[in-house]
Amino acid sequence: MLSTLFARRSFKHGVHPLEFKELTNKLPIRRLPFAPTLVMPLSQHAGKPSIPLVKPGQEVVRGEPIAGADGFVSVPQHAPATGRIESIRLMPTARGPKTACMILHVYQGSTQQELYEYAHDVDAMSADEIIQAVQDAGMVGLGGAAFPTHVKMKPPPEHHVDTLVANGCECEPYLTCDHRIMLEQPENLISGIRMVQRALGVERAVIGIEDNKMDAVDVIAGHLDDNAAIKVEAVETKYPQGAEKMLIHSLLGRKVPPGQFPSAVGVSVFNVGTLAQIGELLPHGRGVIERVVTVSGPGVERPGNYLVPVGTPVRFLLEYAGVTADAHEVILGGPMMGMSVSALDVPVTKAMSGMVVLEQHDPDIERGLTRPCIRCGYCVEACPMQLNPSMLGMLATSSDYETMASEYHLNDCFECGSCSYVCPSNIPLVQYFRIAKSVNREREQRQ
Amino acid sequence: MSDLNIATDLRSSPHLKQAVTVPQIMRNVVYALIPVCAFAVYAFGISVLLLLITTTLTCMLTESLFCRLSGKANSINDWSIVITGLLLALTLPPGFPLWMAAVAAFVAVGLGKALFGGLGYNVMNPALVGRAFVQAAFPAAITTWSPPFLSGRFSEVIPSTLTLPFTKPVPIGQWIEQHTVDAFSGATPLALQKFEQITSSLPDLLTGAVAGSAGETSAIIILLGGIYLVARKMMDWRIPVGIFLGAVIVSLPFWLLDAGRYPDPLFVLLSGGLMLGAVFMASDMVASPVTPLGVWIYALFIGMLTVVIRLFGGLTEGVMYAILLGNAISPLISLVTQPRVFGSRRKS
Repeated sequence: MLSTLFARRSFKHGVHPLEFKELTNKLPIRRLPFAPTLVMPLSQHAGKPSIPLVKPGQEVVRGEPIAGADGFVSVPQHAPATGRIESIRLMPTARGPKTACMILHVYQGSTQQELYEYAHDVDAMSADEIIQAVQDAGMVGLGGAAFPTHVKMKPPPEHHVDTLVANGCECEPYLTCDHRIMLEQPENLISGIRMVQRALGVERAVIGIEDNKMDAVDVIAGHLDDNAAIKVEAVETKYPQGAEKMLIHSLLGRKVPPGQFPSAVGVSVFNVGTLAQIGELLPHGRGVIERVVTVSGPGVERPGNYLVPVGTPVRFLLEYAGVTADAHEVILGGPMMGMSVSALDVPVTKAMSGMVVLEQHDPDIERGLTRPCIRCGYCVEACPMQLNPSMLGMLATSSDYETMASEYHLNDCFECGSCSYVCPSNIPLVQYFRIAKSVNREREQRQ
Repeated sequence: MSDLNIATDLRSSPHLKQAVTVPQIMRNVVYALIPVCAFAVYAFGISVLLLLITTTLTCMLTESLFCRLSGKANSINDWSIVITGLLLALTLPPGFPLWMAAVAAFVAVGLGKALFGGLGYNVMNPALVGRAFVQAAFPAAITTWSPPFLSGRFSEVIPSTLTLPFTKPVPIGQWIEQHTVDAFSGATPLALQKFEQITSSLPDLLTGAVAGSAGETSAIIILLGGIYLVARKMMDWRIPVGIFLGAVIVSLPFWLLDAGRYPDPLFVLLSGGLMLGAVFMASDMVASPVTPLGVWIYALFIGMLTVVIRLFGGLTEGVMYAILLGNAISPLISLVTQPRVFGSRRKS
């Protein structure tokens, strides 16, 4: 095809931040030791919080279910380690200062063998049984969205899904956990894709990978048979290529209409890490109890891709990896969309793909010095959703939040941060938009 | 749990930042203007150097004054005021009296920028506001031209330059005659074409061997500055390209109809202030639309209007008013050319 010869598969606009992937992309996944205490928020996924199945003082075995799903849009949780439940109480997490959490005291003498297993013959399972098994595994979008995976496997009946997209873009700077998973666990990824394909009843699957990870493209291509329904495609390395609407457009040329889900154009998107976990866990009926976290950034002494038990406090992870004297900001997730935290006792949750520690910034940014908008239009050329961040920013400064939503498509902004990234006046546009959205939400709730 | 202690900062995402800042953009525009200024001084002598210094200093002082009056932090360090000062001097005749130039600079910053709230809030290009003011206030001085490359240009100032404040400019006809071999008609290429149908030669227009405002004469040097800014992504290439296109669209049919009376499109592009205006003035980020489609409309409008004024107006030059009008309607253009959201269908 001409487009593959002359142009790289991509979307319009976007930005090219420095990648910094070389810090960790050659480092194999390594297991992190168990912290003495693990903290599992009952709500580490989108949807209703899990319901605890354990009582304070109760002993649990690694892998055993300790909380159940509360309805369809919710997932159960499993013990990340063998130990004793200390209490269930409010603790600070990245979601807020007080979140209900199960506190697990880890037995230091335990071998931490995973004793819970419920073997499935996946090939004999029906679509509904696979979807149920995915929910039972406590599976959520591991790319950062934390949306329960099994819900996405049941698209609305009016939408006919014909393609599964495996999202291996990992467009955030610094993060390399998906890259390592693709290199080290291609079999898990492919068998996970096959299971989800069967559950969705979808013939075609495309794995989209940014072209800064050609080694992963080659490894996966080597594991696929030639005329299989699964294909692997390289897309341009550009932020935010991993946003599902952008990736669907890059790979398939389809555009998801504003306010709609990918299933509206016949696509379901899953993160490669999620699919690899499905491939690994489902045959054994196990749950998500650990995940790969990239710990990186100039403020980290021993960057790496660590296999971390869910619930490990950030502080424990930082002590293990070591921080430099100039470390100044701890970000959970990637540096473009992640949030910085002040309390280091917040736990690693299922959807946390990375932890980036930055050093002192440029003094202007440090002081939060902003200048007036000079209408350079950089943000308009950066916005992947083709909004007008400049106009939205001006409306936000006059607190005209309603007009932002009604006339300038505020709700189509998914807060990728491209506009703030390029703004030469250092205007915190994304922050303005977040405030505007929450003010609008509150007003709607009052009405 | 342990004594790991980090002075953590809380910031909202994104936590990375592209390194381009407003002062950097403005500084690069100044870099692109330096060759234009240098050529203006080379062609017209120390008078232009004095003119550049006068306008730039007056602009900076005025900016400081207004910042102090309004109780805001002094903003001369963002470099935008230097652009205004340099551009203003480049649009004036080489022998323009310095006191009038100072008035122009004061009006440019005071009326054109500070009154609206400073950088980012001005509706029109400040330099052009200043120039428009002196065009109305001093109609004779602003149309008194001197030829380039006069022999004594580095040792003497043009007599009118040092006119005493609040007096009429000193006549310069005699002084020019002493320094030039050919008779100088005192007209710019535009005036020659309009009133006498004499078209200046292409190489002269490209290299600046013609009369005109201090910085508008050499098309090549102006274009090089523009290419530098476009390459650094500090200028929207659509603006000059759109203006050139607009100018050609209007001038081409007339030239085809009557080549004797109307100028050819290339002459239109290279003569007068069109090149300087298109590359350095219309491209002022603050006063131009923000949407890509809006930028095209704005640029085409300026290009077409310039030629219409030149061909049918009483003035020989129309760039200044075309850009000022373009600036005035640019918020409206932005408003009606909002980008279409990703995935949305074209409105039927």
